[in-house]
Amino acid sequence: MQLKINGSIKSFDDGLMTVEGLVGRLNLLGKRIAIEKNGMIISKSEFQNIILQDGDQLEIVGAVGGG
Amino acid sequence: MTQKKDPLLIAGKAYHSRLLVGTGKYKDFEQTRLAIDASGAEIITVAIRRINIGQNAGETSLLDFVPPDRYTYLPNTAGCYSADDAIRTLRIASELLDGHKLVKLEVLGDPKTLYPNVIETLKAAEVLIKEGFDVMVYTSDDPIVARELENIGCCAIMPLASLIGSGMGILNPWNLQIIIEHAKVPVLVDAGVGTASDASIAMELGCEGVLMNTAIANANDPIMMASAMKKAIEAGREAYLAGRMAKRLYSGSPTSPTQGMIS
Repeated sequence: MQLKINGSIKSFDDGLMTVEGLVGRLNLLGKRIAIEKNGMIISKSEFQNIILQDGDQLEIVGAVGGG
Repeated sequence: MTQKKDPLLIAGKAYHSRLLVGTGKYKDFEQTRLAIDASGAEIITVAIRRINIGQNAGETSLLDFVPPDRYTYLPNTAGCYSADDAIRTLRIASELLDGHKLVKLEVLGDPKTLYPNVIETLKAAEVLIKEGFDVMVYTSDDPIVARELENIGCCAIMPLASLIGSGMGILNPWNLQIIIEHAKVPVLVDAGVGTASDASIAMELGCEGVLMNTAIANANDPIMMASAMKKAIEAGREAYLAGRMAKRLYSGSPTSPTQGMIS
């Protein structure tokens, strides 16, 4: 399965993967992040229910220093 | 000395500090933490960006140093050049911060000067306010634009003193005065402050607060400058509340008594 994450193509050999599964694979468990999938925001409570599809485009964001 | 309670009220919430600070341009997170601590700020701006994919599980972030349960985070839309981008950024910021509604809207119009695009700003403000956001809005120092933004429902109007990161100070106190005079919501200077006296002048004009980043972060000693800014804001506010004496070319009235002179 290929996913476009933050503008880069990433390949995963997992069969079924939820958003939560992906967050774990990316070492982001417990981090304060927000995710947009194909332009729609996914609430944290939905991370474990949503199964990713080949070609999904994800934006994973966090808070950084800024003025 | 009796300390008067003089809170800054934004979207129904009271704050003790009238200095709002950004979290960008610091040497590292530790310096960010120390400078913000020295500034006494309660509201701090943060940017929303793609996170680094492929990071180690233990990698630190800004949030470890300035925890969101200790400060009021003010997510901004820095770097957005259209209403759509700004709206998208703040929607995801709200999700990131557990439904947080207080935001700083800024839509830029030009990458060289970072001058705000007020047309896109007005469009974005309208949508965000309908969605329930409390919008503190960065804008030019045009009094009519400020009035329109207030009419739309922005909870604070934040005109520039001068261009972002320029450190040029308050270039048009007259426009700021007109904006302050007409606004029923707090007016805060955002951008352009270079040093402590600039912050004091903004407060003496009647601004309810000042938002700054570069003036602190780019000082030789950011932590000391943060402390200086805290004092400047407090001094300017007290001077405003105290009501300054009238300016005159000369008074003809000596400070010391004229009677009882040795002759």
